Amino acid sequence: MTNLFQKRRSRLLAMKALRGSYLPPEQIITCPGCGREVPRKEVSDALSVCPKCGYHWPIGAYLRLSTVLDSGSFRELNPRLAAGDPLRFPGYPEKLRQASRKTGLNEAAVTATGCIHGRRCVVGVLDSRFLMGSMSAAVGERLTLAIEFAAKNRLPLILFAASGGARMQEGILSLMQMAKTSAALARFAEKGLLYVSVLTHPTTGGVTASFASLGDITLAEPGALIGFAGPRVIEQTIGEKLPEGFQRAEFQLEHGFVDAVVPRAQLRDTLGELLLLHEKGGRP
Amino acid sequence: MSQPLTAAERLSIARHPQRPNIEDYIAALFPHFFPQRGDRCYGEDEAILGGVALFHGRPVTVIGTRKGKTLEENLRCNFGMPSPEGYRKALRLMKQAEKFSRPVITLIDTSGAYPGKGAEERGQGEAIARSLFEMSRLTVPVLAVITGEGNSGGALALAVADRVLMLENAVYAILSPEGFASILWKDPSRRDEACEVMKLTAPDLKELGVIDEIIPEPAGGAHLAPEILFREVDRALSAQLAQLERLKGSALTAARYQKFRRMGAAAPKEEA
Repeated sequence: MTNLFQKRRSRLLAMKALRGSYLPPEQIITCPGCGREVPRKEVSDALSVCPKCGYHWPIGAYLRLSTVLDSGSFRELNPRLAAGDPLRFPGYPEKLRQASRKTGLNEAAVTATGCIHGRRCVVGVLDSRFLMGSMSAAVGERLTLAIEFAAKNRLPLILFAASGGARMQEGILSLMQMAKTSAALARFAEKGLLYVSVLTHPTTGGVTASFASLGDITLAEPGALIGFAGPRVIEQTIGEKLPEGFQRAEFQLEHGFVDAVVPRAQLRDTLGELLLLHEKGGRP
Repeated sequence: MSQPLTAAERLSIARHPQRPNIEDYIAALFPHFFPQRGDRCYGEDEAILGGVALFHGRPVTVIGTRKGKTLEENLRCNFGMPSPEGYRKALRLMKQAEKFSRPVITLIDTSGAYPGKGAEERGQGEAIARSLFEMSRLTVPVLAVITGEGNSGGALALAVADRVLMLENAVYAILSPEGFASILWKDPSRRDEACEVMKLTAPDLKELGVIDEIIPEPAGGAHLAPEILFREVDRALSAQLAQLERLKGSALTAARYQKFRRMGAAAPKEEA
């Protein structure tokens, strides 16, 4: 019986993950990193990483989950919680409908429980295809519910950030999600539980200035843009061009804000190791 | 209270060059102010002013953003846009307030955290995030007053408070209306239109449950009669503080958590 359910769940995630690719539909695609032409299948088999230069294409939330979780362990949390229109902002409901149609998601965050190397955890993933992965009240609510669920069940927490920042159409309520998620993480931390933050391209604005920067361990994907202000805003402010590599994952590593830059192919094993290291808390 | 104003009118009052600033509030309300400087990591950021003072005879920690009045001061204070050092100093002072069991009062008037090169190199995002995280669990009363413009994470970093008060003509928003219009409509000149849809005035935010109290301003704006304004701010802070001081530390943090936990919780809809 359990096996049957597991199989169904793993098929369900695999089906949802199908829509999670950012790769162009053509058989041969051009890598934005090195400009070379590569067969699409080779890229997608390598988890949307260029086999020639290691460029990491962004990937969708369900696809991400399917690359890190043990097969059949995925169980989504609060899947029906979708964005509302709290400020009755002109044109916003239509924007949400378009984003939904394009991505098959009902919000920019997906949260779930699952296992990595057999160890249960709570995972939240932002999807930058849905209105730039921006933080709406529903995104904040989903993440906070996931953090509270992890705290209540004493599970480690992994959050994958990918966001342009605040959801403009939800104004101040979007801003408040920064305080809400950070406060939830403070409570979670007091329980002595592990939070791993994984920064993926792009992590900016209010997401950087809240939960994404609060990990016990902070990992980043190669080449990911990570910062508070976007590069264009900084260039406008200071009136000069920023150097190559500014705010990239490797830059953040050098400046002391990231523990390790981990290629996508090694991410699942790295997370598995971290769960193992923290499994017993401080006990011998 | 004065006649209802449009959001754009309030914005121009909030930005009035003669509007009382943090030094004026400290001079009027917080005697014996001793400014504390530096984040003990990298440097001193004059865009944040903070220190110990007395408020009706009891010690408090006062922290706020600082713009300066003269051009020379404006430059030194980076026009009130803090760098990571400013937020780290603020957090250092808040933790110290906790050590000495004195309340924290923050005064906020900033167009946002500074989007500069050095600020990014030294972790602007991390500094703000840490402030949100730590403020949420301070065991002393925390009061925040939005006095002018409160924009973005740069304002919120000082506003995870038990009570958030706002001057009648102050604005509090996700970013400046100019920035909002330029992101959403690629046209910063549509500022006034942005003001109307952003819900950034004190009455709007009170209705949304984002702030707790509106402090009335003299007719035409605080700059026309600062003495009247200071009396109102004094009255509001005293009353709120008296309420909060009745609560134990753990009750304060629990209530503060619930306050921010509710923000936008009703906004999402449950799909069938």
